[in-house]
Amino acid sequence: MNVNVRLTTWLVIICVLLIGSVSAFAKEAQPNEDPQIEQRMKHLTEQLRCMVCQNETLADSRASLAEDLRIQIREQIKAGKTDQEIIAYLTARYGDYVLYNPPVKAKTYLLWFGPFILLVAGTVVLYRYVRIRRDKIHEAPLTADERKRAEEILREA
Amino acid sequence: MNKYLLIPLVLFMGLVGFLLVGLYRDPHELPSPLINKAAPEFRLPVLKEPARILTPKEMRGKVWLLNFWGTWCIACRDEHPRLLEYARANLIPIYGADYKYVNDKTDEREAAIQFLAENGDPYTLTIYDADGRASIDYGVYGAPESFLIDKNGVIRFKQIGPITDDVWNKQILPLARQLNQ
Repeated sequence: MNVNVRLTTWLVIICVLLIGSVSAFAKEAQPNEDPQIEQRMKHLTEQLRCMVCQNETLADSRASLAEDLRIQIREQIKAGKTDQEIIAYLTARYGDYVLYNPPVKAKTYLLWFGPFILLVAGTVVLYRYVRIRRDKIHEAPLTADERKRAEEILREA
Repeated sequence: MNKYLLIPLVLFMGLVGFLLVGLYRDPHELPSPLINKAAPEFRLPVLKEPARILTPKEMRGKVWLLNFWGTWCIACRDEHPRLLEYARANLIPIYGADYKYVNDKTDEREAAIQFLAENGDPYTLTIYDADGRASIDYGVYGAPESFLIDKNGVIRFKQIGPITDDVWNKQILPLARQLNQ
């Protein structure tokens, strides 16, 4: 038992040390770039989807296409393009699918408003159900006899 | 039995229906915003003659297929023998765009010339896109990708991934015939 506890303690210490050293290595080597540009690029690419991996953002992806797109975005930021212009550049090529935050348009109404419609419908159904249920339960007050018996049972308990 | 009890079942079956359809759809096939838009411009050297520059403008008046590929792309190798076959039929001129990514420091030009010499060359001409800029302008993300471009330089069809006989015979050829009329 004692040996086990000591072993576990050591394992925990080793794990903590390992995790610490790994995360120290995992920090991406920042190229000699303007930190302000890098900050903007990170913010922008975190909202964009990598078309190759689809479940990764453009900021996180290690796909070659994502690397090239980051190079392009960095260049465009340096050239003074606004975030809107850069997003337009990407959607012109890959469609709205690159956006993790899809725009509200006729095609996406169901996506945007569907949950609220379901919410309203659910509330209506719940309200009606509760009302029907209430009407079904008849409030019948206890007769004097029944009350007496109930009190007796309670006293015994 | 209370007929209202069937509502959840019906809703559930509807959900199952949606999921079932979703199973058989390829999530990598996305509608391209470039369909029915002018083919993006490029000015790129010809693979085998670096001094010669090709632009899409030179292709005006022709219905042609632009096929993005690279020797690093495994699916392109799978498509290659079929392209040779389609080129032999001589119905649509196939142009290649050999591209690579910026961080890929290999000599793609040399590798591509060698690949075409060894395996046959289906392309009327191949252009060399050394930094992948043209491939990005065409929204390529799943090589090989092919674009059918009409006489006015408008993209009419896009194939993501290798062209299969089915796609060639049922979609590309009929559309090209129609566009050639």
